[in-house]
Amino acid sequence: MTTVPVTSTPGIGARLAGLARSRETGIFLALALVIVATTLKNPDFLFSADGWRNLLLNPSIVAVVAIGQAVVIISRNVDLSVGSIVGLTAYLVGSLFLAFPQIPVPLVFVIGVVFGGLLGAVNGALVAFGRVPAMVITLGTLYAFRGINVWWTGSKRINASDMPDGFLDLGTQQFLTIPVLTILAVVILVVVAWYMANTRGGREFYAIGSDPDAAELYGLAKTRRVLMAFVASGAASGLAGVLYTARYGTVNSQVGDGFELQAIGAAVIGGVAIVGGSGTVLGAVFGAYLLLTINSALPVLGIPDFWQRAVVGVLILGAIVLDRVLAQRQSRRLHEERSAA
Amino acid sequence: MTTLTSGSPDTERSYAEYGRPAWRRILFSREMAIIALLVVVVIAASLRVPKFATPVTLGYLLFDITPLLFIALAMAPVMITGDIDLSVGSMVGLTSVVVGLCSASALPIPVAIVLALVVGAIGGAANGLLVTRVGLPALAVTIGTLALYRGIAVGLLGTTAVTQFDKWWTTLVKARIGSTGIPVVVILFVVLLAAFVLMLHFTPFGRGIFAIGLSKDAASFSGVHVNRTRLVLFILSGLMSALAGIYYALYYNSARGDNATGLELQVIAAVVLGGVSVWGGRGALHGVVAGVLLIGVLSKALQLVNVTSDVVSIITGALLVLSVIAGSVVSWAQSRRVRPAAAPAKTS
Repeated sequence: MTTVPVTSTPGIGARLAGLARSRETGIFLALALVIVATTLKNPDFLFSADGWRNLLLNPSIVAVVAIGQAVVIISRNVDLSVGSIVGLTAYLVGSLFLAFPQIPVPLVFVIGVVFGGLLGAVNGALVAFGRVPAMVITLGTLYAFRGINVWWTGSKRINASDMPDGFLDLGTQQFLTIPVLTILAVVILVVVAWYMANTRGGREFYAIGSDPDAAELYGLAKTRRVLMAFVASGAASGLAGVLYTARYGTVNSQVGDGFELQAIGAAVIGGVAIVGGSGTVLGAVFGAYLLLTINSALPVLGIPDFWQRAVVGVLILGAIVLDRVLAQRQSRRLHEERSAA
Repeated sequence: MTTLTSGSPDTERSYAEYGRPAWRRILFSREMAIIALLVVVVIAASLRVPKFATPVTLGYLLFDITPLLFIALAMAPVMITGDIDLSVGSMVGLTSVVVGLCSASALPIPVAIVLALVVGAIGGAANGLLVTRVGLPALAVTIGTLALYRGIAVGLLGTTAVTQFDKWWTTLVKARIGSTGIPVVVILFVVLLAAFVLMLHFTPFGRGIFAIGLSKDAASFSGVHVNRTRLVLFILSGLMSALAGIYYALYYNSARGDNATGLELQVIAAVVLGGVSVWGGRGALHGVVAGVLLIGVLSKALQLVNVTSDVVSIITGALLVLSVIAGSVVSWAQSRRVRPAAAPAKTS
């Protein structure tokens, strides 16, 4: 260990090479390929007003959930309860409009995010203080939150007519042809991506995910970070619940059912390793867009949409096998470099 | 670590003194706590819930939880090695579709059963090979195959369902033993339970499963075939899911692509409730069976008093969280209590 080569900051050329090899670029190219292939088959997929809007809009709700999920997975945990949090928040938002028709829309957003964050804090507190695996805790809260939702909602349904137009317009409004909800998702992505890449706090998530024991020995506040990751995931899911209500206008007790697998799938496809410590939120968002774009592309390409889930499965498996192969090649290269030095 | 390697009579005697006596080890275990809870719930339900303690209710209760019981038997050893199999629910759906397609093309049911078991074994082997040969985490692999197997099941049948099956077989699956109300399939379950108990608790292979869960490296150095064992367990998990899929098709008279959606979460909840550690390395089948029964009894009793299924899922979730938290608190308390006593042993 005495002859560790001194690494200097990479130059522009090395950075470009790194960018070309990065997972995010690969996923982005795959996404572009799917869109191009589908558009060649049916130009409306991209070039009609509806096609363009749906392409950007539909995945943005799952993308927001995937951002939070990525932070949790990077810290070597997993949050299975996100779908139930989305559902519970969506119903809360609907009920707020029923009870207080005059409630200002920004306040609803704040309430949704805070409520989701509180549910996330329940998960985080149980995981961080109870020292029990996140999978079990969030599996439990997946049931519990959904159960509370069904108990509260019953077979009721809140319809678009119960909500103010100003709120529902958010789901359809566009700015320079880009849907407002997508812009919102991008803003969150930029903020979280910057935080994770450049701040001390963000890097601590990676340190804890790479090696929790080493991170603790080093003096990082593991408990607080894990708690924060779950609060972030809950808040993101809460926001997604608000967005869902604005986008679709109807809320029943099954909103967000199955989001957990889509969000985890998106993160894994986007290069966030399930064992923690690596990946980016940008990758997770690209993963979400790839997953949902393929879903809407399949029928256009003539594949019955019954096969969508099989394709999703193959994608997830392909992504993790690819990750593994790349990681092995990387470690072999590092070994060779070290023995050469 | 204590210095017990010398093996002198002195150290052995002191080790026995510090260990708890066998009756306490058996009586004060996670498994016994769940069994006690199960007994309390059964007694309470029999006293308070009308029509609960009848053969008819008992029969329907067992019919309902049979798929859970089958899969939990295989899920427990998988989780004891520290792996997990999230694809079981999808495999149940896929194999029920296989049985349905065979029945629709007029193949005899025994052929359908064999085919479904083969599909289950192949699916389990695919999971196992990706985990052991490629070296991927079981959680990620089985999230992928959860989507894949479900996708194939839905892709094969679309929105249609097969509802025509050989009468003789559906009658057999729905049959009860005399007037006891106990389904005939329970006999198959008891045989399988005996086989799994033997495998897990009374063979070197079974000890290897626990060893793998405690430390893969240590197990490997002690001569346990780590990857072969894990592969075998994934195949068993696929086979038991196939069995549950066959049962699903024949008992509900319906083969659909979306059969048993979300069953994996119920199975894992029951297994964890039954005392299997999610970190791997500990668990026992009597606890697992009690865990499944507890969930089944609770849902049935609440259903009879017209409490809807959502409350059952709140209770399931809360039980799951409480059971792991309780385990964590107990081991924390034990570590505080044992540490001062164990200290002299360390210095000896």
